[in-house]
Amino acid sequence: MPGVEGFMYPNEVSLYWSVLIVLYPFITGLVAGAFILASLARIFRVEAVKPTYRLALLTALAFLMVAPLPLQLHLGHPERSYEMYLTPHRSSAMAMFGFVYLWYLMAVLVVEIWLDFRADIVALSQSTTGWRRWLYKAMTLGSDNVSPRALAIDERVGWLVTLIGVPSAFLLHGYVGFIFGSIKANPWWSSPLMPVVFIFSAMVSGIAAVMLLYMATTRLRRKPIDMRCVDTIAMYLFYIFIIDFSLEMLDLIHRIYEADESFRSLDFMVHTRLYFSQIVLQILVGTLTPLVLLFLAQVMKLHEVVRKRIYAVAGSLALVGIFAMRWNVVIGGQLFSKSFLGYTTYKMALATREGLLVAIALTILPLFILAVLVRILPPWPEAEHASIPEAV
Amino acid sequence: MRIFKDAGHLFRLAGLFAAGTLLFLVIRSFIVPRSFGQYGHYRGAAIAEIAAHPIHFAGHQTCETCHSDIAQTKSGGKHAQVNCEACHGPQAKHADDPSIDPGKPDTAVLCVRCHAASAARPNDFPQVDAEQHAGGVPCQTCHQPHSPAIGAGGAK
Repeated sequence: MPGVEGFMYPNEVSLYWSVLIVLYPFITGLVAGAFILASLARIFRVEAVKPTYRLALLTALAFLMVAPLPLQLHLGHPERSYEMYLTPHRSSAMAMFGFVYLWYLMAVLVVEIWLDFRADIVALSQSTTGWRRWLYKAMTLGSDNVSPRALAIDERVGWLVTLIGVPSAFLLHGYVGFIFGSIKANPWWSSPLMPVVFIFSAMVSGIAAVMLLYMATTRLRRKPIDMRCVDTIAMYLFYIFIIDFSLEMLDLIHRIYEADESFRSLDFMVHTRLYFSQIVLQILVGTLTPLVLLFLAQVMKLHEVVRKRIYAVAGSLALVGIFAMRWNVVIGGQLFSKSFLGYTTYKMALATREGLLVAIALTILPLFILAVLVRILPPWPEAEHASIPEAV
Repeated sequence: MRIFKDAGHLFRLAGLFAAGTLLFLVIRSFIVPRSFGQYGHYRGAAIAEIAAHPIHFAGHQTCETCHSDIAQTKSGGKHAQVNCEACHGPQAKHADDPSIDPGKPDTAVLCVRCHAASAARPNDFPQVDAEQHAGGVPCQTCHQPHSPAIGAGGAK
């Protein structure tokens, strides 16, 4: 049989979870990571990263809006997906994720964005005309109270929402890791470390994505990049990347030492079918190279231009590495036989419902949504509270 | 109460959420079928609806009331445990009205469904590479499908 090597059970030959299921944890990871970066500014009072705070929130929202699409395309019948809210299935981890998603979207992100942008929304509802005026009017919920006392209340409530948001972001992405980690029939997935590894890799990808977006949008707007801000983000990226890499290595060492009955088969797979995506892309290109680059930026006194380039390259490679990690988890977990005697091949379709073109479209779509969001709610540091009217 | 005035927008937001939740609960009460959860995580009335579907399979006991000779042949062969409609397909209409032609399965297609060589099948299960084994000759030329072993009373 083409693509099959050794012994495969008949139901293992073709993969059930396609590239869209790779994309799903990648996108939710970006959401969780972007929110954690935003929380650095709000909860942990890291003033240096403040210029990215609002952009991080909008990035999280843009990606969160796209996060269910890969699942809906994969499962089919998206018109039925709301039914998991109507008749919740409490014993299904996957079904309950719908509530985790809803909680994170409605109780955390939307509320926090609304509270943070409220003063701007009120100002825009008074300074714009036409449909935009009506849009902003609707978003004010009929209250134009932006008195210092009202804003102080917003600040306190917003802080509380972010405080709840941090464990919620952990829950959102930890849950994705949990879904894989709890599949005890699959030795490639079944690991209690999986949710933790997913959370830290999510933080790496989200922080890298917001850093790149901040640099790109600032450049597009022909404004100077706040180097103190990107230096601080790069520092956090470096530290979290080290933790993430250490956890993955811990998982690897544990597997090597434990060497259970699946080890030889999985080891062979990593050295053959997953060699490029795991060893080359994930570890060498996507982890060690950006780690070395970020390390150099930390210890050497480099010129601003060089640092910017290093951050751009390291951030992009980190995203490639995290995507490769998701790929290796999702696709890798389906390439070997439960008999541990054979391997199959994943052949990605091109223009089908779960093909490459759809995956590319879903990766780009959040950027378009973000472009719309930043037009509605400009997150730029210089626009922040710039047009607040006098206290009412 | 100044706190209520300055936090008025938060009460509006809370009201919006409460209204949304209420609307959801109202819609839910209309949309979710009454019998949902009656027996388990599904619509209880579905059982009666499925039971009311027309029957497609007659069952081997029905077949054997008329085709007792075939049942006799089958009972001594390797296919004794294979039900009639596993090969002949659903025959309830034929059982109700014998004048409806049940059709004859094409053995060249049918037999290899179970007997094509596959590493996933148990070693002692009869399996062949059909092209090499028969060279395009239909299986029933040599094997009587109701008792397929050659030389065991089942050969044609």
